Amino acid sequence: MTEFLQQLINGLALGSILALIALGYTMVYGILRFINFAHGDVFMLGAFAGFYLAPKIARLLPLPSIAGALVVMVVSMAVCAALGVLIERFAYRPLRKRPKLTVLITAIGVSLFLEYTGQFVFGAAPKKFPELLPTFSVTHIGNLSFNSNQIVVIAVTLILLLALRFIVLKTRIGTAMRAVSFNPEAAALMGVNTDVIISFTFALGSALAAAAGILWAINYPSIDPLMGILPGLKAFVAAVLGGIGNLPGAALGGVIIGVTETLVSGYISSTYRDAIAFAVLILILLVKPSGLLGKKEIEKV
Amino acid sequence: MNFRHAKTVLLGALGLCFLVSLVANRINPYWLYIFYDIGISIVMAVSLNLINGYTGQFSLGHAGFMAVGAYTAAVITNQFGDLSFFAANGVFAVALLAGGLAAAVAGLLVGIPTLRLRGDYLAIVTLGFGEIIRVLLQNMDQVGAARGLSVNHGWTNLFWTFGLAAVTVYVVATLVNSTYGRGFVAVHDDEVAAEAIGINTTKYKVTAFVVGAFFAGIAGGLYAHSKQFLTPGGFGFMQSITFVVMVILGGMGNTVGVILAAILLTLLPEGLRMLSGIEHLPGLAAERPLGWIGNTRMILYALLLIGLMLARPQGLFRLKRPSR
Repeated sequence: MTEFLQQLINGLALGSILALIALGYTMVYGILRFINFAHGDVFMLGAFAGFYLAPKIARLLPLPSIAGALVVMVVSMAVCAALGVLIERFAYRPLRKRPKLTVLITAIGVSLFLEYTGQFVFGAAPKKFPELLPTFSVTHIGNLSFNSNQIVVIAVTLILLLALRFIVLKTRIGTAMRAVSFNPEAAALMGVNTDVIISFTFALGSALAAAAGILWAINYPSIDPLMGILPGLKAFVAAVLGGIGNLPGAALGGVIIGVTETLVSGYISSTYRDAIAFAVLILILLVKPSGLLGKKEIEKV
Repeated sequence: MNFRHAKTVLLGALGLCFLVSLVANRINPYWLYIFYDIGISIVMAVSLNLINGYTGQFSLGHAGFMAVGAYTAAVITNQFGDLSFFAANGVFAVALLAGGLAAAVAGLLVGIPTLRLRGDYLAIVTLGFGEIIRVLLQNMDQVGAARGLSVNHGWTNLFWTFGLAAVTVYVVATLVNSTYGRGFVAVHDDEVAAEAIGINTTKYKVTAFVVGAFFAGIAGGLYAHSKQFLTPGGFGFMQSITFVVMVILGGMGNTVGVILAAILLTLLPEGLRMLSGIEHLPGLAAERPLGWIGNTRMILYALLLIGLMLARPQGLFRLKRPSR
């Protein structure tokens, strides 16, 4: 039982990070109806932004400390938000009216570009991520022993999810986002500046990916330019699993994938862990092709 | 293209491959292996073009089918020791066919979800199948798991590679241009309309996957007996993307363009490697003035891909579509 709870917490921590990445995929899909394959690499850049920022910020604030970690995270999120806007502006906006497949291939191109440029600029060898938070293990609750970082990951994710929920449901720009995702033409006719909304969506998604990157690096402190590929793919699977375009679905999908993967690698075999996400996806899509919380789209002729 | 003479062209191509393979031992081995790569890329790209180009389904797992064919064929030929010329080629033919059939079965398994999924959902499921095949191979100790599998025989030669490339082109081209095959294009153009006029879209989608996977399996067998060493990592997501890029670059649903793209994209990395290896250039004083290309090769490749999509999304070699 203790071991099960232990695995569950590990799974929740992993699932929270995947959920944060998945939200970016699903928001972009909800508005533009295309898979932003470069999103996993924005996650990677978030971790590297933290890696290069941490020594600079350590001069102003003591590190490891909560305030320092917070500043590193917020600045990395801002850097990646700007980067996401740039990617959209220069790679995707010129293709807005083109077939989806063209945009998909461009996204793969952007992803390769970020990975290889990363290898060229940062070097291909893994780097050790600096310690941002004082780490201690919590062993008070029964025999459970978990790391303070896992609690941080889950808590930060919850806060970001609530913030995102507030932005999307309660603010003017969130209302506009929902309007554009519902019907871009009609939203434009009602005076919504769709270009600004799309840029904002990319900024928001990229900031969440950067936060995920920092949280990942806090938990698994070895980062390299290709680290975004597998978490990116799994997060995308999570988004599809929950019903792509659906925000609660993405969060739910992330948690399901994270927990299943951890439980399977803990109890059955750890060598199969990279296939679990896809197996779960195929099983669920066979039963429910629009994902767990996705609405069935009615095809208009 | 005139398809009445397709069979004659095929026989001519096979004859030519046979004649060229007789003088193959005079070709520099470095180039010979690049030729094999080109032939294998052609088989992969043309068969993927049937799924992605003509039928309009989006498969991101073609390297997975290739892996199934490569491992199947390699396991079969590894059972044999040294054989005489005819026995070797006979065994090789059977192994390639078995690899193709095994991949076709995998294609059938992937084809089944296509009954219900379309677009991005299908893309991610095919990607998932490719990854699952890779992880399964990584865990199979009988085929060396992550350590890789040595293939004892280097039986791939120019005759087999280009002969089978010719067969693939022939089958795909005649299939799509037959009365039966118009159904593939109908599914691509408008699935709902195709269904409304009585085309069994499910059957066409599954057929495209099975035939495409069969040839990918054959290409895998050729690959196994050319490289003589297989690792599961060699058949990942990136490999699949490479073949998708060939199809897009050639212009979806344009066999001639896809062949040209397969040749170009196989030669491009080699060309860039050679450029970066040039010691001196007239007019430039620096030693190895193009050495930077070696390090930035893949960045150039990515930029090329983005630039191409912005400038020529219909593909480099998109010719005018035949009027239908």
